[in-house]
Amino acid sequence: MSIRSSLLPRTFRVVERHEETADTATLVLEAEDGAPLEFAPGQFNMLYAFGRGEAPISLSGDPASPQRLLHTIRAAGPVTEALAGLRPGEHLALRGPYGSRWPVEESEGKDVLVIAGGLGLAPLRPVIYRLLAARERYGRIVVLYGARGPDGLLYRAELESWRSRLDLEVEVTVDHANGAWHGDVGVVPSLIPRARFSPADAVAMVCGPEVMMRFTVAALLERGLAPEQIHLSLERNMRCGVAQCGHCQLGPFLVCRDGPVLPYTRLGELLTIHEL
Amino acid sequence: MDAVSEPARGESFVLEPRALQALLDAIVAEGYQIRGPLVRDHAVCLDEVTRVEQLPVGWTDEQEGGHYRLTRRGGSALFGCGVGQDSWKRLLHRPLALLWSAERDDGGLALSEPHEEPARFAFFGVRPCDLAAINIQDGILAAGRYPDPFYRARRQGLLTVVANCTSAGGTCFCASMGTGPRAESGFDLALTELWPDTANHALLVETGSDAGTRLLAAVPRRPAGDPERREADEATRRAVEQMGRRLDTSDIHGMLMGNLEHPRWAEVARRCLACGNCTLVCPTCFCTNFEDGGDLELRHAERTRRWDSCFTLGFTRLHGGPVRRKIRSRYRQWMTHKLATWFDQFGTSGCVGCGRCITWCPVGIDLTEESAAIRASDGRSGR
Repeated sequence: MSIRSSLLPRTFRVVERHEETADTATLVLEAEDGAPLEFAPGQFNMLYAFGRGEAPISLSGDPASPQRLLHTIRAAGPVTEALAGLRPGEHLALRGPYGSRWPVEESEGKDVLVIAGGLGLAPLRPVIYRLLAARERYGRIVVLYGARGPDGLLYRAELESWRSRLDLEVEVTVDHANGAWHGDVGVVPSLIPRARFSPADAVAMVCGPEVMMRFTVAALLERGLAPEQIHLSLERNMRCGVAQCGHCQLGPFLVCRDGPVLPYTRLGELLTIHEL
Repeated sequence: MDAVSEPARGESFVLEPRALQALLDAIVAEGYQIRGPLVRDHAVCLDEVTRVEQLPVGWTDEQEGGHYRLTRRGGSALFGCGVGQDSWKRLLHRPLALLWSAERDDGGLALSEPHEEPARFAFFGVRPCDLAAINIQDGILAAGRYPDPFYRARRQGLLTVVANCTSAGGTCFCASMGTGPRAESGFDLALTELWPDTANHALLVETGSDAGTRLLAAVPRRPAGDPERREADEATRRAVEQMGRRLDTSDIHGMLMGNLEHPRWAEVARRCLACGNCTLVCPTCFCTNFEDGGDLELRHAERTRRWDSCFTLGFTRLHGGPVRRKIRSRYRQWMTHKLATWFDQFGTSGCVGCGRCITWCPVGIDLTEESAAIRASDGRSGR
């Protein structure tokens, strides 16, 4: 074949592995050929586990370090189970980056709301890195994060260090608490009414289960955000990443190409249609 | 009737039927593998053709919703059959392809792509609807930021000889979709069969490319005159009049996308078996899935790509289960994709009006009928 197939991945080595929760791990990857993989916050890679298959996984590290790729993977099926179980020194193959990005630069001068549920914090963490790297260019920055329980929170140490900063508002809530939890209990949208930001001049970036995003959008609209100030990251069955396999369609969109990040103005009614 | 001067691109000529063998020979001499229509297993299939008599001479077909029969019509017509269940898609966008293989050892993981010389095909007897379908698949697989090298390698070397339609089948509606019955461009050569079963039986040949024009140099021919051109126009007009189906495409995107909760979707779902036949016979349906396997020693693995169908339950599987559980949702996805959201995604319609999905649906579901039913009780407010 004269041209290299876009479906042929490159090999990467696992250099670190961090357990996030009981079923979720973050892998730090370096390319065998040493070439960096530049990416924008919100984009994803297709990760291949030997003999098992590929899965789309968000880039969850710092875009300023394209030689050190971070992927947070939850073992939810045979492929992600194999990926999440890889140990330092082991290999996988990877292609990307694919998909659209969060409007980080476009939000300069504004208040930024980063709102995540569960694993949804993974594709938003690169946004937080970017915002903090140019902190002076943004207004208030609010991170609202929720998980089912305290054991389901990702990046716990990092959340705690962000929370200690004076130039960042971080609120964390869990659906169900245990005895060791002294924070908020409730769903993420319940944090929105009391978050401090200027609705007329804010941008919200939201990622989580679809039902969480629907209620979050409702709460944001209630606070006075206009639909065009809200951006969501969607999940569909992305198999090829290059808009050729058809699996990730959502009405007019091929989520792997047109998304995963889409402005709410383009999604609006589509999310209310059952099984679209 | 011998060649007196070099043919020029854009000119049209007349061939006697027996001269068609010289054309086939010239195509083979250029190094192409010809694929054309032939009768096999009681249907028109597309396979290797090198002799004129391999074509479905003297056959015709009956096509209706859920019904396909080849019948002998007798006579000398070369192109008396419409499209069968097979389509050129099978040759350009293969049903099963090895993408790459991986070797694993202690030192790591090495991936390699298969080495293959791309086949150089000449498609002979391509119907205008199917030519339009190839152009649509080009927009998905050969264009864009990540062209598929497997598709593109086969497509780049392709020669197309169109057979314009002079009659139409019972499930045809290319005239509604603007893709036929006569191809205007995008071919190397286009044939229109004139006066079959008479002493004047002939083929009008239009040249559409330099490659096509060059082939005619070795083929006995004469310049086309007004009677042949007039008859070709007449035959095209007759085919339009015969067309068994029609589809009202006015505002079809708005009409369908404004009726996503129309009761008709549930009604058609009671008939639809979700078998996926329509997606397999469709010449534009491009969806694929990937399959992974390896040896028992876990040293060698392969990744293949196979045609898939949006009618399968697993098509939209996420960790929480499939998105489109109901057949209602899957039929709605397929039809709205063909007729509406394809425009959003790729800038064209996804339907060329070939009628295969109607003919080969085991229960005879007809998307022109479904679309008309929704239009007839358009649920958008203010209508």
